[in-house]
Amino acid sequence: MGSITFIEHHGAEHAVEIETGKSLMQIAMDNGVPGIDADCGGEAACGTCHVIVDGNWISATGKAGDEELQMLDMTPDRAPTSRLACQIIATDAMDGLVAHLPEFQM
Amino acid sequence: MNIVNLVAEKGAALVPMPTQIKAAHLLYKAKTKLGIYTEFPEFVEAPIPDVSTLAIEDIDVSNPFLYRQNRWESYFKRLRDECPVHYQKNSAFGPFWSVTRYEDILFVDKNHKLFSSEPFIVIGKAPDELAVEMFIAMDPPKHDVQRRAVQGVVAPKNLKEMEGLIRERTRDVLDKLPLDAPFNWVEDVSIELTSRMLATLLDFPYENRRKLVYWSDLAGGGAESTGGLNDSDELFRGMVDMSRHFSRLWHEKKARAAAGEEPGFDLITLLQSNDDTRDLINRPLEFLGNLALLIVGGNDTTRNSMTGGVFALNRFPDEFTKLKSDPSLITNMVSEIIRWQTPLAHMRRVATQDVELNGQTIKKGDKVVMWYASGNRDERAIDQPEQFIIDRKNARNHLSFGFGVHRCMGNRLAELQLRILWEELLARFDKIEVIGEPEYVQSNFVRGYSKMMVQLSAKPSEA
Repeated sequence: MGSITFIEHHGAEHAVEIETGKSLMQIAMDNGVPGIDADCGGEAACGTCHVIVDGNWISATGKAGDEELQMLDMTPDRAPTSRLACQIIATDAMDGLVAHLPEFQM
Repeated sequence: MNIVNLVAEKGAALVPMPTQIKAAHLLYKAKTKLGIYTEFPEFVEAPIPDVSTLAIEDIDVSNPFLYRQNRWESYFKRLRDECPVHYQKNSAFGPFWSVTRYEDILFVDKNHKLFSSEPFIVIGKAPDELAVEMFIAMDPPKHDVQRRAVQGVVAPKNLKEMEGLIRERTRDVLDKLPLDAPFNWVEDVSIELTSRMLATLLDFPYENRRKLVYWSDLAGGGAESTGGLNDSDELFRGMVDMSRHFSRLWHEKKARAAAGEEPGFDLITLLQSNDDTRDLINRPLEFLGNLALLIVGGNDTTRNSMTGGVFALNRFPDEFTKLKSDPSLITNMVSEIIRWQTPLAHMRRVATQDVELNGQTIKKGDKVVMWYASGNRDERAIDQPEQFIIDRKNARNHLSFGFGVHRCMGNRLAELQLRILWEELLARFDKIEVIGEPEYVQSNFVRGYSKMMVQLSAKPSEA
């Protein structure tokens, strides 16, 4: 049992419990983390669950796939460790992970 | 190769754009006279039969009167239930597949390699001589480059700057409305507010803003493209006028920038400051296409959601009561309005290879129409989809903005405009009453209102 921390653009932190097998998007939504819209419900088709994985943790989450990159390409706040939270499936190895939220979801 | 392309390549800088379009128009008229083209027939309205009387293969949802005659829900429901991927082999727009369920639409929208957006994203076509190029009708990678050049204009960062301006204008328009007397909401509110917004996005002369509406209505309302009322001659004349204004605007902005004027956040400035688009004026078809795309994108869509919201709250009066007692529901209601209205009924693709979809084989080269209006009423994806529920759970999960690389670029601006409209309406009016039945646009693409009479009552003073 571990936790993941989402940090909003203005600095507010939200630590939520890991539920293995669920996507980070779903976990954020279930816990009422603001700043994630998830318009397409988890299909990597809208880009509104954009998170920037804290540098050291990108090895745990892996990098964005092709489909995901296409959506991320359209986001102005895109960073090297940008991911769509719906495409990251939580594992116990992510205990302590930090994900930053962009100022806006497109 | 058509004449516009030819002239464009030989030396667009030498021949003014309006002249090029005029030449194309002459060519078009000549070809029509010579019988090389047959004039696209006008649509004549006839009563649409009850869907239960038709054989499944005879159902034709490209009929531009389906929405006006309120048959669209039953027609699409039958397709969703009995034949969710449906082939109509002889419509006025030629043979096409209809994709009507939410999940299948999502699949098509996401898979741009299987389903190309070229050459058009509406069910029909534009005259060959007016085959303007817009990035909504391009595939990656060209699409990505052009979209990136302009999307900053409606990016959330820019919107933060614009919010105050939008609110000020909304107040100005609402404060001038009559009380206790009917007026045409479409004209006085929806069109007025969206035209002001378009003029700002383009830094277009404010007093001429209704021209933007006219051009946009022309570009999206052709009989041959969407079953609309406009004929090709009017379209050509309009595009000549539009290209004249936009070329002038382009050159003026360039001169002002050269003279040291602080760059604005408008679209033309963005295009001129991006390496990929700074010489767009020399590619007239792309120049016109992309400007037309931006005005069409911000015109019919928001306009009809502004009208549709009022209409929906009149059809579902309990929701208006709910809204008045809890105005914090506005944000969620805005998504619900956009779903319920679905201002654009469809987007079209062409299969790039044979594809199996829900039991049907779509052949390479076939036209595939995703009916967002149907997907947004799909009982499999949305609970009680015909109901307008302002506090609907997951209201954001609608199809109206599309999904995938072509997802609506102006979605945040649209939501912002609608949110502010409703905040300001609730602050002023106690009743917003639709009088009689609205009148509807003739189209299989735009789900819109041409007229809706509304009467307002002021809020009782709180003293």
